[in-house]
This record gives sequence, structure tokens and C-alpha cells, in this order.
Amino acid sequence: MAPLLQIKDLHTEFRTGAGVVRAVDGVSYTVEQGETVAIVGESGSGKSVGALSILRLIPDPPGRITRGEILFDGRDLMQLSDTQMREVRGGDIGMIFQEPMTSLNPVLTIGRQITETLEQHRRADSAAAYKRAIELLGLVGIADPARRLKQYPHQLSGGMRQRVMIAIAIACDPKLIIADEPTTALDVTIQAQILELMNGLTRRLNVALIIITHNLGVVARYAKRVNVMYAGRIVESGLAAAIYHHPRHPYTMALLRSVPRLDRPRQARLDPVNGQPPELTRLDQGCAFRPRCRFAVDACAQVRPPLEQAGPASHLAACLRSEEIVAAAGTVA
Amino acid sequence: MYRYIVNRVLLVIPTLVGAAALVFVLMRLIPGDICEVRLSSGGGSVDPRAVALCHAELGLDRPLILQFLDFVWGFFRLDFGTSMWSGKPVAEEIAARLPISLEIAVMATVVAIAIAVPLGTISALKQNSWIDHVVRTTAIAGIATPSFWLGIVAILAVLDISHAVFGTPWMPPIDYVPFWQDPLRNLSMVILPAVTVGYRYAAVTMRMTRSAMLEVLREDYIRTARAKGLLERLIINRHALKNALLPVVTLIGIEFAFLIGGLVVTEQVFNLNGVGRLFVLAVQNQDYTLTQALVMLTVAVFVFANLVVDLLYAWLDPRIRYG
Repeated sequence: MAPLLQIKDLHTEFRTGAGVVRAVDGVSYTVEQGETVAIVGESGSGKSVGALSILRLIPDPPGRITRGEILFDGRDLMQLSDTQMREVRGGDIGMIFQEPMTSLNPVLTIGRQITETLEQHRRADSAAAYKRAIELLGLVGIADPARRLKQYPHQLSGGMRQRVMIAIAIACDPKLIIADEPTTALDVTIQAQILELMNGLTRRLNVALIIITHNLGVVARYAKRVNVMYAGRIVESGLAAAIYHHPRHPYTMALLRSVPRLDRPRQARLDPVNGQPPELTRLDQGCAFRPRCRFAVDACAQVRPPLEQAGPASHLAACLRSEEIVAAAGTVA
Repeated sequence: MYRYIVNRVLLVIPTLVGAAALVFVLMRLIPGDICEVRLSSGGGSVDPRAVALCHAELGLDRPLILQFLDFVWGFFRLDFGTSMWSGKPVAEEIAARLPISLEIAVMATVVAIAIAVPLGTISALKQNSWIDHVVRTTAIAGIATPSFWLGIVAILAVLDISHAVFGTPWMPPIDYVPFWQDPLRNLSMVILPAVTVGYRYAAVTMRMTRSAMLEVLREDYIRTARAKGLLERLIINRHALKNALLPVVTLIGIEFAFLIGGLVVTEQVFNLNGVGRLFVLAVQNQDYTLTQALVMLTVAVFVFANLVVDLLYAWLDPRIRYG
């Protein structure tokens, strides 16, 4: 069976005063039906832009998708008309954003913001939409839904608002949900609840989930497959367990080392990824991670390494020295 | 919500009393004296006994605090006394001028909103397109052009065009007829000043609508609305406009209040007998009662406009309603 979503060689650019920023620079990956895929990376790595590109929500100007195919459910989203695309948004693909505080409209009731999606995609009348909204709030674990529907976003806590966002995302039984850092703005205890909720719902409703995050803990726990992004490209891709235990790209290794671990002896200091993320307007032809890489050699300056098979099965990495490093990493870590 | 309204209305009282105290003191600080102005009319010395008699007649010899209390008490009973200059009841003097000022203010506001809000919205949606540039240039011109100059040009244009078309020049009527008596005659008199004033008003409002809209369109919840696949029309009308109108409503409230009593020069140009002109006369003549009443009227209009704005805010924004 064909994968639900297949992204091929996606390029998204922003034209800025400082030059053209290639926020997404040739990204390809797939998402199977009902599968959870994580996109991991630092701020500015292009992970959010990549997700917004799927729904063609990049503000133009200054942004533009310059190349690539986004095959979703047998159709190339890049070729759809605006009307067809609107049916995909919120209908076949739901989206959850990072900031529940600002992602809901402050002057409309929760009920209105849920029902309008249903009225748009399902041609539901207001009574049917209301009934479904009550049901949805129940699904996302909000008590007393009838009262909550009449309330406004400011009357709800951050976690509650994110639940509402989830309710909106699943309202029309989508096949795919894209969650852009859904828990970053929330308290740690709430984060876990929201992740559990999303995990449970996607399994129960058999919805595929793309979860964008910089939190590797989230990845380990919920995602089946992981794509690690750096400077607009995927640098490592594979099954979550493989990436977590046998990383094959220096950036992934550095990311993993920078995470505080409870199952290891307490270190005096965290081991952060040194240096700053690169400026995307000033990339040369070499590997973008080179300046921060402890394994960099002269050859790394010559060419950006392609994403190639590294290790078993579906594990891919974009590093010239992938094989050597894995051997060395055993002693370093 | 009721609590909010009641609180808001009760706040009006101290505001009015404060304004009354201010105008009362200021009027009496201005050098000169109405009795001297009245008796000397055209120069020459004045008999101090005549001035004293005149003071007694107008009640100006009484202690200031009593005069003040009299004024405030009268105000709350809606009894503004008689004009110290003309001897006619103040209420009558104002009632003769208020309708035309009010009508112009209302018309200018309607014109401004009807033009500015749609244009501002389109301008924001099509930022940096030719239509945006045309609208913005026209708006800048509207802000930069003095209303009185525009008024003069408008009158001249009407004269010239009517002369060329009908053979005889036509001028708007000079005496005010209420709308319900002769709508055509009323409108032909009011439309030019309303448009003249409304142009600047619309320009300011349009710019505010545009910038508020541009800001709102960048908000996360607009992106959410897009991600839901809503129709663009719905995103603009339901999601964006309601948020963007908040600052616009404030502006309209202030501008409207200003138009009542603030149109001194425009009234001069169009030869209209409105509140602005009465204001100038009253101050020139040191007519305490009339000036005080006019200031209080202006303050009342401002307070009322602000009250309406605040209530509209509460209606538009639930955070205020429940806050």
C-alpha cells in the first residue's frame, strides 16, 4: 500500500532583506497510515516551515514553495486549486500549533471555533455541529462540555486550550494530524497529559501524526520513526529506537548528549551542542553542521553529504564519516 | 455585564463635576469682564457704579463658591440659566445651533465608517498592491488637506459647475431647515460640509483600520483559521475584523465628539450657524453662563461617546466583558 503522505524533495524559501533563506532545502520523507513520525531539530532548522508547507500555509510573500511534491492520499497537494486545498485543510489534515494562548481567537467562543470547522467541511447544520462539538470535547477530556462551549479562550487554562485545539484538529476525522511543538508552551505535567491524549487519540482513531518537537524525550516515547533536521535538511532518519540507541549523525549524537538523563549518574554540567545554528543565508557547499562538529575533516567542506543508508534497514544518515563515528562514539559516550 | 455598565455610568458624575470646576475657574481667570465689555461697547471709560449694578444683576457679586454651586446644581437639573450677553435662555441658544452640528457630525461619521472600514480592510489584505497605494495616497492627502481649504474649493466648484450647467450659479441654502421638514433642502446644505469634514475623518479611520488589520492578520489565530480550511471571507469577517475594529471604535468615538463644537473654521467657511461659532462668540464676549454650558455640553458629548465606545468594546471583546 502506498504511504499516506510522501514528501519528495521539498524546497521552501523566504526572500528576506539579507538574501534568500532556504528554510527547507530538499526534504523527503514518508508517513504511513496511522503512524506517528517525529521531526526533531533546533529552532530555525526548518521543521515548522516544512510542516506548514504541507498545508501550503506559508505566507507568500515572503515565503514560497519552490520545488517538490507532497503526495497525500494519492494526490499531489502542490497541484490542487485553492478550493481543493481548503477542503484538505481541517478536513483531511488537522493542525495543532505551538501556542495555545494565541492560536485560538480571543473574541469567539470555544463552541463557535469548533463548529465552524464542521460547518465548513461537513456542511453540518448548527444543531449537528453542536452535538459533535460536545462529543469532541468529551473525547479530548474536557469536563462539562456544554458550559465550556459557551466560554471564551481566556477563561480556559493553557492545557485546556490545547485540548480544544486537538478537538478542532480531529473534528472532521482527518487522516493526518500535524502537531507543531504542541507541548512546548505548556507546564511539564500538562505536557505529559497532552502527549498521552494525542497518542491515545491517534491510535484509537487510526490517524497518522507528524509531531514536530525539539524534545527527544517525546520522540523516544511516542514516535515510531524520527527525522532529524538541521539547516533545512534531514540529516538522519530512522526508527526511533535505532536513532535513540545508535545515532549515526554527529548532530543527533550531540542532541542526545545534551539531554539531561535520570538513568545515568548525575553530571556536573549538561553537555550542550556547541555553537549557534548556522545562518541560512550564509551556507557554503559543505556540510552545514561542520563548524560545530567534533568529527569534521577537510572533506566535509567540499560537499553537503547526501542522506544515505547507514547501518541496518531503513536507517539513513547524511554524514561522510557515519561509519567511523559509530565506532568512535562507543568510546566517547 | 450589568455591573460593568453601572460602574461605567457612575464614573460619569465625577468626570462632569471636575470639568465644571475647571471651566468655572478658567473663565474667571481670563482678564476682562462681561459688564465692562457690554457697557463700553466700542471704547470709552465705564462708570464703576454701572459695572457694579450690572454685576449685581448677573449675580457676579456673590461669593464664587455660591456661584459655582449654583452652576453645578443647575447643570444637574438641566437648567443652564440665561446667556449673560443676549439675555436669552442658554438652552434656547444652544438648541438653535446644535441640530446642524450634530447632523454634520453624524453624517461625517457615517461617511467615514462606510468608506474607511472596507477600504482599510482591502488595503491591508492587498498590502503593497496598486489599490493599497491608491488608497493610502488618498488618505495621506485627506489628512494633509485642511478642511476649510477643501470647503472653499468645494463651494467654488459647485458655483462654477452649476453656473456652467444651469446658466445661473447655485449656492447651498444658508438657513437651516430640519431634515424632516424639507429633506432635500436640508441635505443640500449639510452634504458639502459633511463630506469636507468626512474626508479627513475617513482618512484617519482608514489608516487605523488598515494598520489594525495588518496586525491582526499576523496573529496566530488567523493562521489557525486558515489551517481549518475556512473560506477567506469568513476568516476576514469573523476572525480578523472583529479584533481589528477595537482601536477603530476608539478613534471614531474621539473624532465624533470632536466634531460637536470643534468645527469652528468649517462652520465659518460654509456660513453655518453651528455650535463651534457660538463657542467663539461666547468666549469673546466673556459670556460666563453660555461658555460654561457649551464646555459642559462638549464634555458631556465626549463622556457619552467614550461610554458608548467602552460598551462597544465590551460587546466586541469578551475579555473586557468578563474581566
